[in-house]
Amino acid sequence: MAIFDVFLLEALINGVLLGGVLALLSLGLNLVFGVIDVVWICYAELIMFGMYGMYFLYTVYHWPILVAAAACIAGVGALGVLLHVLVIAPLLGAAPINQLLATGGVLFFLQSAATVLFSIEFRNLGLRLPVLKLAGMFISYSRLLAFAAALIGMVLVFLFLSRTYTGAAIRAIAQDRQIMVLMGVDTRRIYLITSALGGGLAGLAACLLVLQYDVHPFVGLSFGPITFLICVLGGLGNFGGGFVAAFVFAELISLGGLYLDLEWGYVFAFVFFIVMMFVRPEGLMARRS
Amino acid sequence: MLELRSVRAGYGGFQALFDVSLEVRAGEAVGVIGPNGAGKTTLLRVISGLIRPTAGSIAMEGVDLVATPAHRIVAVGIAHVPESRRLFPRMTVEDNLKMGGFLPAARAKYQDRLAFVYELFPRLRERRRQLAGTMSGGEQQMCAIGRALMSDPKLLLLDEPSAGLAPVIVEQVFDLVKRIRAGGLNVLIVEQNVRQVLRVVDRAYLLKAGSIRAAGSASELLSSETIREAYLGV
Amino acid sequence: MTRYLGWIAGAGLVALPFVYHQPYHLHLLVVILIWSFAYTSWSVMGRFGLVSLGHGGFMGIGAYVTALAWNHGGLTPWIGIPIALVAGGVLALLVAYPCFRFRITGHYFALVTLALSGIVLQVITATRDHTGGSLGYTPTRYQGGSSLYAMQFTGKTTWYLIALGVWAVGLYVWYRVDRSMMRYALEAISEDEDGAAAAGVHVTAEKLKITVLSAVMTALAGALYCQYQMFISPDTVSGISISLQMVFAVVVGGIYVSLGPTVGAIITILLAEVLRISFGTRAVGWDNLVYGVLLVLFIVFLPKGIVGSLLAAARPRKSVRAVAGT
Repeated sequence: MAIFDVFLLEALINGVLLGGVLALLSLGLNLVFGVIDVVWICYAELIMFGMYGMYFLYTVYHWPILVAAAACIAGVGALGVLLHVLVIAPLLGAAPINQLLATGGVLFFLQSAATVLFSIEFRNLGLRLPVLKLAGMFISYSRLLAFAAALIGMVLVFLFLSRTYTGAAIRAIAQDRQIMVLMGVDTRRIYLITSALGGGLAGLAACLLVLQYDVHPFVGLSFGPITFLICVLGGLGNFGGGFVAAFVFAELISLGGLYLDLEWGYVFAFVFFIVMMFVRPEGLMARRS
Repeated sequence: MLELRSVRAGYGGFQALFDVSLEVRAGEAVGVIGPNGAGKTTLLRVISGLIRPTAGSIAMEGVDLVATPAHRIVAVGIAHVPESRRLFPRMTVEDNLKMGGFLPAARAKYQDRLAFVYELFPRLRERRRQLAGTMSGGEQQMCAIGRALMSDPKLLLLDEPSAGLAPVIVEQVFDLVKRIRAGGLNVLIVEQNVRQVLRVVDRAYLLKAGSIRAAGSASELLSSETIREAYLGV
Repeated sequence: MTRYLGWIAGAGLVALPFVYHQPYHLHLLVVILIWSFAYTSWSVMGRFGLVSLGHGGFMGIGAYVTALAWNHGGLTPWIGIPIALVAGGVLALLVAYPCFRFRITGHYFALVTLALSGIVLQVITATRDHTGGSLGYTPTRYQGGSSLYAMQFTGKTTWYLIALGVWAVGLYVWYRVDRSMMRYALEAISEDEDGAAAAGVHVTAEKLKITVLSAVMTALAGALYCQYQMFISPDTVSGISISLQMVFAVVVGGIYVSLGPTVGAIITILLAEVLRISFGTRAVGWDNLVYGVLLVLFIVFLPKGIVGSLLAAARPRKSVRAVAGT
C-alpha cells in the first residue's frame, strides 16, 4: 500500500512538472491568438526546430549550454517573425480557415524540411542530468529544471504584459483591434513583437523539452495536439484558463501513464476534454469571440 | 487649425461623405449635427485616420493628414473619443488611461497628464483599479474622454457623447466638455442631441446624407428652420 | 450538352482498363480514384465551412477496423467494412455532437478535430500489440489474394473498376447534397448560425448529418485503401499529415466544385510520384515539403483553388459590401 502511494505521488509531482512546460506552450499559442487572431498550427514544429537547434549547437558544435539556449530562443523568435511576415500578414484579411490552412501548410513544410535536412533519426541532447531521490520517489532533475525555467519565463512575460507600454498595447489589441490606431499604436509593429515573443516562448519550450525528450521531425505530434486541446479548453486567448487547463491535462497524462502506456494518457486527456465540453461548455469559450 | 476641403469618403462601394468642407479655428469649439445616418461618425473617422478619404484634403495646422499614416495622426495633436466609448473592457481604468498616453511624447508627461485627468474626473481616481467594462455608461464616457486627454491633444474629437446615456448624465458630460473647453482645448463634437451640443459650441455645421447643408453660429442654428426640417424631414 | 459529355467520359473511363493494360498506370489511377473519393468526402462538409482537420482519423478507423476484423475476428470485409463505417460514424457523432451543441466552430472546431486525428494515431500506436503500431499492419492473404469473400483481388482491372465505381458514388453523393435542402440549410448556417436557427433550421442536426456522412465516406475510403494496398500504417492512413493532405488537395483543386477534390488528388499524387521518380530514396520528405510550400502559396494567391478560380474567372459576380455605420 505504501509503495502504491509513492508511485502515485511521484506521478502527481511529475504531472505538476509537466504542467509547467505545457502551460508555457499554451501561453505562447494564446498570446499569438489573442493578439493576431490566428492559430499557429505549426507551433509545435517551431519548437521542433528549436530542439534541433539545441542539439546542433550544444551536442554537435559544443557551444556552452546557456549560450546555445539563448541562441535558440532568439532563433525561434526570429522564425516566428518570419512566419508572420511571409504567411500570416498577407492573410490578415482572409477567412480564418485560410489562415489556419496556411499555418497547416507551414507545418507540412517544417516537418518535411526537418526530414530532408536531418533525416528521421532520433537525436538526443546527450546531457545526463541526475535523478533526485526524494522520500522513495525518483524525480528527474531535468524535469525540475524545466518546470522552474517555465515558471520564470511565464512570470517574465506576465511582468512584461502588465508593466510595460508595449505589454499594455498587446493586452489592449486583443480586446479592441480597431481603435488601437487612435492611441498611436502601430498594429503591425505589435504583431511583429508578438510573433517574436510567441516564437521566443517556443524557443524556450524547445530548450526545456530537449532536456527530457529526443528530437525527430515528427516530435511535434507528441505535444502539438495536446497544446491545442489545452488552449481550447481554457479558452483561446485566455491566459489564465490555459494555465489551469495545462496542469489538468498534465496530471491526466501523468496518471494515465502510471497505469497504462503513455499514449493512453493522451486518450484520457481527449476523453476528458470531450466530457468537459458537456460539463462546462463556457469553459471553452474565449472571453473574446 | 483643422481644415477639411471637399472630402469624400465611404465604406467599400458605399459613399458616406460628399464634398465635405469644414474647419475648426484655434480656440473654437465646433459642432456637427444631423440626423441618424448623416455621416457624422464617418466624418470623425476620416479625420482621425480610422478610414481614409477617397478624395479631398485634410490638414491640421498645415500638416497633411491624408499623407500621414493613421497611427501617427494622434501625434499631430488630434485625439478621438469614438462612438460608444470603445474602452478596453478587461483592462483597468488606469490601464485604459495608460493606453491613451502611449505616444512617446505623452509618456514623458504621464504623471502630469494622469493627475490632470483625475482632477477633472475624481470618480475615475476612485475606480482606477476597476475593470473598465464593469463601469456605468456615464463613468465609461468619462474614462473614454480622459483616455483621449492623456495624449495632451490640441483638438479633441467627440463622437456622440450623449449616446446611450441618461439625460442627467448627458448634462454632466456636456458640462464637462464646457470645462475642458474653458481650459483651452479645441473641440469638434458630432452629436444628434442638438440642444445639448449647441450649448457648448461656438459654431456648428449641419450634416445630412453626407453633405453640409448649413453652417453658422450656435445661436443662429438654434433658431433656424433648416435644422427642424433636416431632423423631421418636413 | 454537358450531360452527354459526362456520359461519354464515363463510358471512356469504364472502358479504359480493357484497352490499356499498363499495370503501373492502372495502379496510379486506382490510387488517384481512392484518394479522390476520400478528398470528395472531406469536401462534402468542408464546403460548408465545417473545416475538419481530423479526417485522417476517420480514414484510419476505416482501414484498421476492417483489417483487424479480418485478421483477428475472421470477419469478411463485407461485414468488416460496415462495422468500420459504423465505428467512424459513431466517433464522428461523439466528437461532433458536443462541438455543435455548444457552438464550437471555426478555429475551435478545427483544433478539436486536429487533436482527434492525433489521438487516433496515438491509439493505433498504443495498441501496437494488436495493430503493429508504427510498423504497420497487413491483412492476411486469403486464397492467394484473389477472393470475393475476402475482398482481395489481384487484377488491377478489378480494382480499377471498384475504385471507379466508388469514386462515382462519391460524386453522386456530392451532387445529391448539392441539390438538397440540406445544402441551403448548411449554407445559411455557415453564414449566420443564429439567423438560421431563428428561421427554423435545426442547426445541430443538420451539421451532425453532414459530418457523419462525411466521416462514413472517409472511413470507406480508408477501408478500400486497406483492401487494395494490403498494407496500412498509421502515417499512411491516419494522423495530422493525412488530414492536412486532404485539405490541401481540396483547396488546390477547388472546394466548392464537385470535381475539385479529384483535380486536387490528381495533382498531389502525380506530384508525389514525379518527386519519387526523380529523387529516388532521397525524395523522403520532399513531396510534403513541396505540398507545404504550395499550400501556403495557394491559400495566399488562389484561395478558391484551381478549378474554383477558373470558374470564378468565367463568371464574374458583383460583390455587395456591408456598411458599418455612418
